[in-house]
Amino acid sequence: LSLLVTLGSCLRGCRGLSQLAELPDTHQLLRQTCRDYADRELNPIAARLDKEHSYPAKQIQELGAMGVMAIEVPEELGGAGMDYLAYSLAMEEISRGCASTGVVVSVNNSLYIGPILKFGSEEQKQQWITPFTTGEKVGCFALSEPGNGSDAGAASTTARQDGDEWVLNGTKAWITNSWDASATVVFATTDKKLKHKGISAFLVPMPHPGLSLGKKEDKLGIKASSTANIILEDCRVPLGNMLGPRGAGFKIAMQTLDSGRIGIAAQALGIAQASLDCAADYAHKRTAFGSPIGKLQAIQFKLADMAVAIESARLLTWKASLLRDAKKPFTKEAAMAKLAASEAATFCSHQAIQVLGGMGYVADMPAERHYRDARITEIYEGTSEIQRLVIAGQLLKEYQS
Amino acid sequence: MGSSTSLVPKSVTAAINAHGFGYFGCPHTFGQVGYRLKRTEQYIRVKPDNSSVVTDGVKHSMNPFCEIAVEEAVKLKEKKLIKEVVAVSCGPQQVQETIRTALAMGADRGIHVEVTGKDYETLGPLQVSKIMAALAKKEEAQLVILGKQAIDDDCNQTGQMTAALLDWPQGTFASELSLEGDKIKVVREIDGGLETIKINTPAVVTADLRLNTPRYATLPNIMKAKKKKIANVKPADLGVDITSRLEVLRVDEPPQRQAGMKVETVDDLVGKLKEAGMV
Repeated sequence: LSLLVTLGSCLRGCRGLSQLAELPDTHQLLRQTCRDYADRELNPIAARLDKEHSYPAKQIQELGAMGVMAIEVPEELGGAGMDYLAYSLAMEEISRGCASTGVVVSVNNSLYIGPILKFGSEEQKQQWITPFTTGEKVGCFALSEPGNGSDAGAASTTARQDGDEWVLNGTKAWITNSWDASATVVFATTDKKLKHKGISAFLVPMPHPGLSLGKKEDKLGIKASSTANIILEDCRVPLGNMLGPRGAGFKIAMQTLDSGRIGIAAQALGIAQASLDCAADYAHKRTAFGSPIGKLQAIQFKLADMAVAIESARLLTWKASLLRDAKKPFTKEAAMAKLAASEAATFCSHQAIQVLGGMGYVADMPAERHYRDARITEIYEGTSEIQRLVIAGQLLKEYQS
Repeated sequence: MGSSTSLVPKSVTAAINAHGFGYFGCPHTFGQVGYRLKRTEQYIRVKPDNSSVVTDGVKHSMNPFCEIAVEEAVKLKEKKLIKEVVAVSCGPQQVQETIRTALAMGADRGIHVEVTGKDYETLGPLQVSKIMAALAKKEEAQLVILGKQAIDDDCNQTGQMTAALLDWPQGTFASELSLEGDKIKVVREIDGGLETIKINTPAVVTADLRLNTPRYATLPNIMKAKKKKIANVKPADLGVDITSRLEVLRVDEPPQRQAGMKVETVDDLVGKLKEAGMV
């Protein structure tokens, strides 16, 4: 009975279940606009960006002009002033055109701007958010280290106070946008003895003395976005560059990742949808045994499974967004969305190659790129294993008598 | 221009969906033409009874030339050369989506001329021109901009007919548009090249491909569009009779393309052409 009551109040807070069935006009228009942009500007260049590992600077600027680089940021600070449902829709459509562009958009929105919007002072917001709303500058998020990814509490990057400056030392690993960013949110420990409660967050401009970048990783997918180590050697920043209270770093990181998960879920949805589009289209055209292969049950079952996986993950993503927009707890739903969507992306892209047969294995068709792009969605911003732990943790709390 | 005392157009009526399915200039873009095909790969099929094409479940969107017309109107407003942009569309409920897109691009308000059912199926350039003419007079528009043609029926008639009904000058196939005093300078794309004309206002202009590159609606503008008004009118309210004088007898698909033939030399080619009685 208590579970039902919880569900009821949650749905009321969700502005009604109808939102899941049909989006509001503004959101439909937003979705169509992003889809048009992705079709016309991203889809035609995605293969080249992937092949050349080139950062889509022009497209990021155009997306910035549209407001897509700072969707949740209030208009006074230069953003679009929209909600997280809008962000999920935009992310899915952008990623459907080009997954690399999608991750650049997501990291800027959720991981860089997100924590500053939530925990920053007014001056910090003006200084560190406004210039990053136009697409001219993007930010990044430096939490993982060579020694710890999932084990975020074990940060070994240090920050010590020296007069009116913080001095940071350490290495961060796997940082998306690193080579293209103009600022980063860095997590470093100010009190090692306090373990995860001793971690604090800092804002560091890029480039900056004492901050250097490692080599660009040669990744399996999302090749147009840069991923590298960030090396801090006596990197000095003013005391005012601490984000949030001292020791709040771990909490800031976890809350930021909760929201980031929704963005990545949407990115995975875009990749999954693009795979389904590719496979379904091919099923109409390719003939075997005298008819289009779409007539064969083996293919039909695959397409149906792909569609169900995508639609269920999409509804989870929208629900997580609606809960967050209603300022309700959304940690469990965000983790479920990210888990479902990333596994849908790898499943759909795998099956898309299968439907395409030999053609799925070559660069002439986008299926192989979707397969490579999809894989990372199960790893970054919380591995599928971590998502399961988060979900289980929330579930067990709910069932505690 | 904006500060002079000479004629500053009070309002520009950009006509979306000059006729038919409620999109700029021309309705149904079935996903067959231009970039739509690349994405949706939807093919247009003729109905089994050869009466028309199948429209159920086919994606519709704003006619590309109409997008260009809206963009031009919004640009004129941004340059403070005109005061207000009104977006008009004729058709059923769904055209409100297209009007909202125009509002999100920067139009100030919209007018939805309701035409539904059978009336909508038979709505053609002449009826739409009558509607546009009536609206232009009612709104006291100084400039009516339309797409040059719709990409489904390729009529290329509404702009011209509207000008004739209003007895206004027209600048069609515009690839450049500028306001000079109380005249409009239009550079037209014609068969022989480019023709520059100066026409008095009020006038009708139709947009060609190279007039501008339409903007993507920005997210803040999409939010603002929600608050902009779309008025509802019926053709009868404007005193327009939309009965069609045309009857479509038959719609057929183009003949299937036959495979060609390769020849080795020019002589062979001439020989084959002679055989087929073509030279």
